[in-house]
Amino acid sequence: MDGMSLLTITVLAVFVGFEVVSKVSSTLHTPLMSGANAIHGIILVGAIIVAGQAADPLVLAVALLAVVLATANLVGGFVVTDRMLEMFRGRQRPPSNVAPTDSGAAGTAEAAVRERRP
Amino acid sequence: MTLLNPTWTALLYLAAAACFILALKGLNSPRTARRGNLIGAFGALLAVVTVFVSVKLDNIPWILGAIVVGSGVAAPVARRVQMTQMPQLVALFNGVGGGAAALVALLELSHTEEPWVRVAIVFTLLVGAVSFAGSGVTFAKLQGLMTTRPVTFPGLPVLMAVVLLAAVGAGVVVILSGSLALALVLLVLGLVTGILLVLPVGGADVPIVISLLNAFTGLAVAASGLVLGNVLLVVAGTLVGASGTILTRAMAAAMGRSVAGIMFGAFKGGSTAGSTAVSERPVRSSSAEDVAVLLGYAQRVIIVPGYGLAVAQGQHTAAELALALEARGIEVDFAIHPVAGRMPGHMNVLLAEANVPYESLKEMGDINSEFKTADVALVVGANDVVNPAAKTTSGSPIYGMPILEVADARQVVFLKRSMRPGFAGIENELLYEPQTTLLFGDAKDSLTKVLGAVKGL
Repeated sequence: MDGMSLLTITVLAVFVGFEVVSKVSSTLHTPLMSGANAIHGIILVGAIIVAGQAADPLVLAVALLAVVLATANLVGGFVVTDRMLEMFRGRQRPPSNVAPTDSGAAGTAEAAVRERRP
Repeated sequence: MTLLNPTWTALLYLAAAACFILALKGLNSPRTARRGNLIGAFGALLAVVTVFVSVKLDNIPWILGAIVVGSGVAAPVARRVQMTQMPQLVALFNGVGGGAAALVALLELSHTEEPWVRVAIVFTLLVGAVSFAGSGVTFAKLQGLMTTRPVTFPGLPVLMAVVLLAAVGAGVVVILSGSLALALVLLVLGLVTGILLVLPVGGADVPIVISLLNAFTGLAVAASGLVLGNVLLVVAGTLVGASGTILTRAMAAAMGRSVAGIMFGAFKGGSTAGSTAVSERPVRSSSAEDVAVLLGYAQRVIIVPGYGLAVAQGQHTAAELALALEARGIEVDFAIHPVAGRMPGHMNVLLAEANVPYESLKEMGDINSEFKTADVALVVGANDVVNPAAKTTSGSPIYGMPILEVADARQVVFLKRSMRPGFAGIENELLYEPQTTLLFGDAKDSLTKVLGAVKGL
């Protein structure tokens, strides 16, 4: 691809990036960081290309090191982000067939049935 | 094996890029975030498969082996890491990504004669190396392998300037000549720059450094995309660069300081100003039972957790206390300051792990107007983020930092280890106000006692 098209895409990507990321809730800033972190692990694609074209053993060794590092970044990043996001749970709605039984504020029944993991 | 034609390759990379954008977009809300992240992971998988079927590759068994090794090391670590150690892990993954980008650029140098491609190579080398070494130092600081205090020595600014000048010089020569030897020198200079950049940053400012280095790695990856002529790398790297930049600015704003001031503050020696003396003025300290009565007969309680809570591993107890209070019909929310924790948004993750529903995790901007309606603000292990000196004392090191307005609540309860000032070393006037009650002790022990007393009411 020619330089001008790449530059065009880069500039547009900057705007998309700012637009999308500025809407992220600050509650999720840590998953945002680790998710973005995982995304730059896609340098793996570059590392694979370089390793696949290496003729010299030394070059291959360095390229394979890059593959290992990039894979660690990519795989580890997505796994840990998923683990974090799994923990963000909303308040569980009370099932409709269980009415609040005894006295207490409206929040009581809801709080009581909120799902708790051990 | 026949290779995929360029049009299909470009389409698949485009699909992967769209997946990454959707992944970030999913983070708009905790409801869609997990699905978004899975879409992002699918995009990454798609891109990796695409490269295998679209480029003529030698050494495929070696490459697959390296991928297995990388996944085999990272996945178990990612699965087992404690949430309090998340900043270290993010720093580590960020560093290896930057290192990979620098290595790719180094190896591409012999494949090009184009000056503008060499410019991108030099940029990737330098920024990737800075990110690798800087993240390494950040990891060491967070993991407690070295001191978290700012490390400075006389002549550091001069050394930094010399190293940067040498790097620029080496970079120019690499662009003109394509010399591999000088590219290696540039790599080393980048590593030294990364170390010198992070050494003088104090522990409390680490969140900013992590997000800044994240942006750096993103930019390095984007530049490596220019080197390889790969659109996906350009788009992905740029997205990360944008997110890192926004987070860095958000963190700096939440601390009321400039990014430059944080990165270079220690050079001037002013970042740890303030008194560490323990005041002799009287405060009202109280028992766990009294605190339980205050909480148990309130209508609305806002809990303000600080990193002290996480250090004491008290998140689960705090969550249980919130549940016990809600069972009494009390409205309970958690007010989260943006810099609570060791990375942006860290406290939310720690509380989510303790099963606090995300609806109860309130951002500073949303909760500040609600302290007026709160009967009790319970401050656990936080100090500077509720210190009114940030608004009133113009000479204070934290002056200008947005704070949680706990002083507006009818009663303020501090769970504190001692009267020692917080990280910034600044006296908190709020501790001496008539509406303030203190309960001394380890955050988790205190919460456990208060929880027991609330249950016994």
